[in-house]
Amino acid sequence: MSIIVTSFQSYADISLSVNGELVSRRVEARQHLIDFLRLDLGLTGSHAGCEHGVCGACTVRVNGSIVRGCLVLAAQLDGASVETIEGLTDAGSIRDLQEAFVQHNAAQCGFCTPGMLMVTADLCDQNPQANRADIREHISGNYCRCTGYQAIVDAVETVLDQRRSKVVPCKATS
Amino acid sequence: MKMPPFAFVKAHDLPTLFRLWEQAGEDARLLAGGQTLLATLAFRLSEPSVLIDITGIAALQSIVEQPDSIRVGALTTHAALGADLLLRQHVPLLTQAVPQIAHAAIRNRGTIGGSLAYADPAAELPACCVALDATIIAASKQGERRIRASDFFTGLLTTALRENELIMAVEFPKQAPNQRSALLEIARRSGDYAIAGLAMRLTVNADHHPDEARLVFFGVGDGPVRAKATEAALTGQAITAASIAAAQIALSDDLDPLADLHGSGAMKLQLCRTLLSRIVMQVMTLEKVIA
Repeated sequence: MSIIVTSFQSYADISLSVNGELVSRRVEARQHLIDFLRLDLGLTGSHAGCEHGVCGACTVRVNGSIVRGCLVLAAQLDGASVETIEGLTDAGSIRDLQEAFVQHNAAQCGFCTPGMLMVTADLCDQNPQANRADIREHISGNYCRCTGYQAIVDAVETVLDQRRSKVVPCKATS
Repeated sequence: MKMPPFAFVKAHDLPTLFRLWEQAGEDARLLAGGQTLLATLAFRLSEPSVLIDITGIAALQSIVEQPDSIRVGALTTHAALGADLLLRQHVPLLTQAVPQIAHAAIRNRGTIGGSLAYADPAAELPACCVALDATIIAASKQGERRIRASDFFTGLLTTALRENELIMAVEFPKQAPNQRSALLEIARRSGDYAIAGLAMRLTVNADHHPDEARLVFFGVGDGPVRAKATEAALTGQAITAASIAAAQIALSDDLDPLADLHGSGAMKLQLCRTLLSRIVMQVMTLEKVIA
C-alpha cells in the first residue's frame, strides 16, 4: 500500500456565490468571512466588531441561515452561498424593514445596524407571529452600544404588523 | 484580534481524516462548527498547526431512529437538534434545551459533537447527556467504542476521548411514557452561559411518585455534576413542599460551587436550590399531583 503524504497549506482556493455572483479567490486559511468580504471583495456593509463571536455586528447569511461571519473561515466556504446586507438591499427583500428602522430612528451610530437588519429579517421570515418578547430574544446576541434597543424593537414590530396585514386569504378568481 | 496562522485541510470521509490527523501531528485540531474554537483562536489561546475541517464527513451527520434510542450525528447543529421532530417526540429534553444555547446565529453552526468534546462545565448539552444516560460513540483508526455520558466528562474541559479519536454520534434513549424531563438555567442575559443550570429526568410510578431521579447541574463544578444525595431525597415518596425542602437541604452534600465572576459559591448553591424547586414544581404541576 502506498503512503499518501499530504502537504498542509496555509491557504485555500475557494469558489462560492456571494449575493448571487460567483467568486473564486485564494484566501489565507486563518481569514474569517468578514475580512474576506470587506478586504477582498470590498463589501464593507458587514461590520467587524468584537471578532470573537459576541457582538453580532458581522451577521451574514450562509446557505440561507444567519451566522456570525467572524466565526466562519472563508476557507470553509468552497461551494457555499453567502448573502450580505448589500445583497438583501439590492434585492429589495428587506426594504420595509430598512424603512421602519429609519422611521423609528432605530440606528444611532449605525455600527450594529447591518447585523440587526440581518437577524431581524431572519426573525420576520421564520416567525411572522413574533411578539416583542420574541423580538428581544432574537436580537439578544446583537449589541447596540448606543443602547437603542427600544427603537429597534418598535421598528421590527411595525414591520411584522404590516406584513401580517398584507397577507390576504386566497379567493376564487373572478 | 486576528487568528494566528495555521494550515487548513478538509476531510471528506473518516479514513482520510484519520490519515490526515496522524500526519498533521499533535498540534492539529478538528474544526466542526467552530463556534468555540475560532473564538478562542481569535484570543490566541492556542496556536494549532493545522485545522482539519470535518464538516463534509457524511458519516457524522443525520439523526436516525433506532428501536430504543435516537442516534444523533456529531455534526448535527443546535438549530437542527431543536427543530427535529423525532427528538421532539422521543427526547424532548433536547428540544427544550436548545433555545437556551447561545443565540440563533451560533445555533446555526455550533454542533452537538463540538459542544460535548469541548466539555464546557456551563454548557447545556453535556448536562443533558448525563441526565438522559446517553451514550457517546467515539471513533478512531482502531474502530468505534461506546462511552456512557457519565464516564465521558472527566474534568474541566476534559473528556474520555483518546488521542486522534473523535465523537461520531450520541445515542439518546427514548423517553418512556412514565418519564418527565426538563431543563432550567439562570443567566444574566438570554444566550449567555448559565450562572447555574439544571437538567432533570424523573421516572414516576403509577402514583406519580418519582421512582428514579437524575439531577445534573451545570455551571457549578468542573463539568456536569450529578446530585445523588438530592436524587435520593426526592425519590420513593410523594412530592410535597416538605420533600422539596428536604431535597434542597441535601443539595449541599452534592454541590460545592466555587466562587466565580458571577458571585460567591454560597450564592450559586442558593441559585441551585431555587432551580431545584422550580424544576420539580414545573414538572409535577404538569403531572397535576403537586401536594
